[in-house]
Amino acid sequence: MATAEHAATTHQPDRRRYEGIWSWIFTVDHKKIGVMYGVTAVCFFLIGGIEALLIRSQLMFPNGKVVSPDQFNELFTMHGTTMIFLALMPLSVAFFNIVVPLQIGARDVAFPRLNAFSYWVYLFGGLLLNASYLFGGAPNAGWFGYANLTEVPYNHSSYGIDFWILGLQILGVSSMAGAFNFLVTIINARAPGMTFMRMPLFTWMTLVTSFLLILAFPVITVALVELMFDRLFATNFFNPAAGAEPILWQHLFWLFGHPEVYILILPAMGIISDVLPTFARKPLFGYPVVAYSGVAIAFMSWGVWAHHMFSAGLGPVANAVFSVTTMLIAVPTGIKIFNWIGTLWGGSINFKTPLLFALGFIAMFTIGGLSGVMLASPPADWLENDTYFVVAHIHYVLFGGTIFGLFAGIYYWFPKVTGRLLDERLGQIHFWLMLIGMNVTFAGMHVLGMEGMPRRIATYPPGMGWDTWNFIATIGAFTIAVGMLVFIYNFFASVRHGQVAGPDPWDGRTLEWSIPSPPPPYNFARIPIVRARDPFWVQKYGDAGHGHGRVVPMPVAGGAHDAEEARADEHGEGIHMPDPSYYPIVAALGLAVMLAGVILTNLILGNPPGTQPAWPPSWVAFVGLLVFLYGIYGWALEPVSGHSS
Amino acid sequence: MAHRSSRRLGKERMASRVHLLRRRPLVWILLAGLLALLISGCGTGPQSALAPAGPVGMREAGLYNLIFWMAVVVFVLVEGLLLFTALRFRRRTSDGIPSQIHGNTRLEIVWTIIPVLILIVIAVPTITTIASASTIPQGPDVLKVTVIGHQWWWEFRYPDLGIVTADEMHIPVGTKVALTVESADVIHSFWVPRLAGKIQAIPRRQNEMWLQGDEIGEFYGQCYQLCGTSHANMRFRVFVQSKADFDAWVKDQQAVPAPPTDPEAAKGAQIFQSKACVGCHTIAGTNAKGTIGPNLTHFGSRTTIAGAMLEKTDANLAMWLHDPPGVKPGSIMPNLGLTDDEIKALVAYLDSLK
Amino acid sequence: MAEASLGGHAAAVETTTGLDHRKMVMWAFLGSECLFFGSLISTYLVYRNRSLTGPFPQDTFDIPYTSVSSFVLLMSSLTMVLALAAIQRGNVRGMRTWLVATGLLGSVFLGGQVYEFTTFIAHGLSLSRNLFGTTFFVLTGFHGAHVTVGVVILFSLFLNSLRGKLTRENSLVVELAGLYWHFVDVVWVVIFTVVYLLPY
Repeated sequence: MATAEHAATTHQPDRRRYEGIWSWIFTVDHKKIGVMYGVTAVCFFLIGGIEALLIRSQLMFPNGKVVSPDQFNELFTMHGTTMIFLALMPLSVAFFNIVVPLQIGARDVAFPRLNAFSYWVYLFGGLLLNASYLFGGAPNAGWFGYANLTEVPYNHSSYGIDFWILGLQILGVSSMAGAFNFLVTIINARAPGMTFMRMPLFTWMTLVTSFLLILAFPVITVALVELMFDRLFATNFFNPAAGAEPILWQHLFWLFGHPEVYILILPAMGIISDVLPTFARKPLFGYPVVAYSGVAIAFMSWGVWAHHMFSAGLGPVANAVFSVTTMLIAVPTGIKIFNWIGTLWGGSINFKTPLLFALGFIAMFTIGGLSGVMLASPPADWLENDTYFVVAHIHYVLFGGTIFGLFAGIYYWFPKVTGRLLDERLGQIHFWLMLIGMNVTFAGMHVLGMEGMPRRIATYPPGMGWDTWNFIATIGAFTIAVGMLVFIYNFFASVRHGQVAGPDPWDGRTLEWSIPSPPPPYNFARIPIVRARDPFWVQKYGDAGHGHGRVVPMPVAGGAHDAEEARADEHGEGIHMPDPSYYPIVAALGLAVMLAGVILTNLILGNPPGTQPAWPPSWVAFVGLLVFLYGIYGWALEPVSGHSS
Repeated sequence: MAHRSSRRLGKERMASRVHLLRRRPLVWILLAGLLALLISGCGTGPQSALAPAGPVGMREAGLYNLIFWMAVVVFVLVEGLLLFTALRFRRRTSDGIPSQIHGNTRLEIVWTIIPVLILIVIAVPTITTIASASTIPQGPDVLKVTVIGHQWWWEFRYPDLGIVTADEMHIPVGTKVALTVESADVIHSFWVPRLAGKIQAIPRRQNEMWLQGDEIGEFYGQCYQLCGTSHANMRFRVFVQSKADFDAWVKDQQAVPAPPTDPEAAKGAQIFQSKACVGCHTIAGTNAKGTIGPNLTHFGSRTTIAGAMLEKTDANLAMWLHDPPGVKPGSIMPNLGLTDDEIKALVAYLDSLK
Repeated sequence: MAEASLGGHAAAVETTTGLDHRKMVMWAFLGSECLFFGSLISTYLVYRNRSLTGPFPQDTFDIPYTSVSSFVLLMSSLTMVLALAAIQRGNVRGMRTWLVATGLLGSVFLGGQVYEFTTFIAHGLSLSRNLFGTTFFVLTGFHGAHVTVGVVILFSLFLNSLRGKLTRENSLVVELAGLYWHFVDVVWVVIFTVVYLLPY
């Protein structure tokens, strides 16, 4: 490809040097990458959903025989892993990509090619993880993978755990690369005047989430490396026979795992903090407090990990300390909920689908938060831990919370991305099916938990008092599935035939609504100068809200002396955007093949799991390394055409 | 669970006025049905944590109830406020632009302090309950039992009484029992929901807890931490007995069983000694000294087999011996290829081990 | 990270903080690395003195030997500073000299580590032998891998400068390599203290 040679000479902002699918594969445009993230994440969400339906089918009646116990273990492990790492996180990242640069008045992210690299690494990691189904068995030790059940002596019937270890490490690379990118973008690429205290809340929460990601993922990486070395090189990190303590895994995993919970929820909180003001036509109530409580939650998430281990026997002092720190997290969380209600109070609330999902978020997340407080007290936790009560809790938080928040975001920003609105009527049906479905599914699980039904059991005998609620939960799960079918239909129908949205269908408050839908590749023909929080609203209505919705021209950065800006008219001519590049996908492929190479080699040679990779036959890894190095080398030497700003 | 009741009531009051909701009566009928089921569901099953039969369980369930009802109050207030706000301030055609209020410091301080106060009310009894549950009783009146989790059965050792048994723990009523919980392989979690909270069995750790049964009867428990293929089939029972019954049980367990006299049982004993059985199982007074599987010395006195998965009947036992992994997936005891005759003799022998 | 790597060509972009994107991402990356090494070092500390069988650290370590190689690595930070100072003054030749010196000192350290590992293995210590072997080799091995990457970067910079691509204007690239190199040095100071110097 002649990328390098042409880079210096072609500056057509709307150039189409790659057509059709290639324009996606080689793109470095944050909006296209965001769309790819979103579509891929929804696909994985559907896979995780099918796994959930199989789990619920198995448990619908006592002594279920739909799947075998081993298959059941694989299903819930993959359900958890898929939903967390392949669906919810990447769907949040899709919004980081699509929305953050638009909200801060940037033309792209700080490192566009690194952004493409993140996406491709995510895709290959997700495919690798799911490929385990085809190669003798998926991972089967839970998404938390407690050692030493994951060690070779107790887990050697398939390569599942190896796929899990390597898949998560690959996904970790993707998440961290993305987090570095958004951290720098938000701190360093804001439009003039976009101070921290004027940033939209979604951008704020993206920033906080990025900090959590880059600090939490190294911890899980180390835990996974230790486990991988135990399995591949017979080290002793979690081998009790050599004096090791398997509980070390629990500490490392949850030191990552609890910040991870907030990585999952904070972006959704950010979304609804943007949605509520728009549909209530009021600014966010107590903006600084909402932003700071997000930061506080992130800080505190580092001091609560052992509340996942109250039944591990850490002793009364540790239990008491972690109980108090956990309860304290409820304070900033509560502040957010009250401030959201305060935002609605006195507003003029427009009941569109995004708002319904945002209200659903608050209502359901409150339930999850309250059951969280019930889990924060160790003596109560000793009754609830590892029962269906916890299953109910996490689903009220992650389904009622994160997924509702993300759907609010999908309905809210879909017109910005596609230029068309999702159908409102189908959207409302979708919402009610989801809300009813999730309550029918998960509310009864609180009862199941208190009635002593353990998590992760493949079957249960009749006569335990569990039959009714399991049956009802299964009905609820299929209700959710019907809701998702409505959404999928709505998606495809609206992409083609939806009502044309125009730049500002919701009477928005933030900068993304000030530009066309879909935005041009360069986003902003002129970089705006931000003079207030909710800059677009203030521009339309004035500070006090007495304007009449008439758009006055945005102030622009640079002024008349800026030669480049002077050239940039409303069609964006002369704006230099980064060139498409194929190195990110090459490097990502090389990385995935390199990391997967060890197990792939063993698979090709027909070795049993846990075989130490012989030297030199780990040749697949070596091939991957060469491809990776080629990608990185080309990347480093590839000229970047100007990012003008 | 009264979670949902208030939410629904609040909504119902609203419903007459609210056009949005009037259109969806089905929703409210469904929610009402769900609510009735939720309330009737608690505290009835054999493994319910909300039907405690001992002091430790009672304190823990009491704390649970305290937090639950406080959560219900908060739930009612917050969801009610949310619903009221959403419906009260829904957009009307006459609406202009609402006044752009950015916050209210006094209000925000109030709703920061109130949760803190609520949490203090929860934290204090939490800490005292942790202390009482974690203070392991000592002294001559305390029965000591070591609980060892295996894939997928439980071993119970009474170090002071010299008893080793499996899947069924016997304790005297009204007596404090100090448990040391260990694991022989992977992490398990030991819980008898009606007696006391759970604790994990972790390799290389001796976790301690205590419990006491104040009601004579049979209590169900099982493993609560994912431990492999047959995690669901790792059950056990606790028999809380009168002091006299317990003492009699102890005496039986301490005795070495007499060699079988019945010819079928004697044949079974011979088969047991000549097959792989002795490699994994112990029967006191014989050459069987294996420790991988459950100790079978007083197998005949038990009521369940295969990790309390099945009632101990001759038919179930025969089915088990015929193909253990077929009965209990992943079972470490392999299919030994026993003939029907051999199985019949073994069943007779094992039954004789009272 | 690669965006910030050798010979990045992005023209200096006007940024909100005035700090180059690449420099900021390098700091973020090093923050992340702190948690990475922190977790590995924590594992080492948790399992300190917990091996059930030998060889134990006190049978294995040669403190004077490792002190010398640690000193070599620390000196390389000095030469790295001199390399950056040279290019910031526009002294390309001086930068080349100090870059090569830094790379060579790093290589000497790595050679020392290879020799040390070989001796330990000859003493019967291995990855799978006991907890000490497991935690020691993995911790110091990962550090060694980081030094190796650093050496590769240093020599790549040197080759790039021979092609005339490193000038005063893009001295940032040298600065970034330096940040990474100093970080790896500092981590070694911690590892040396925790692993070798704390009495067993």
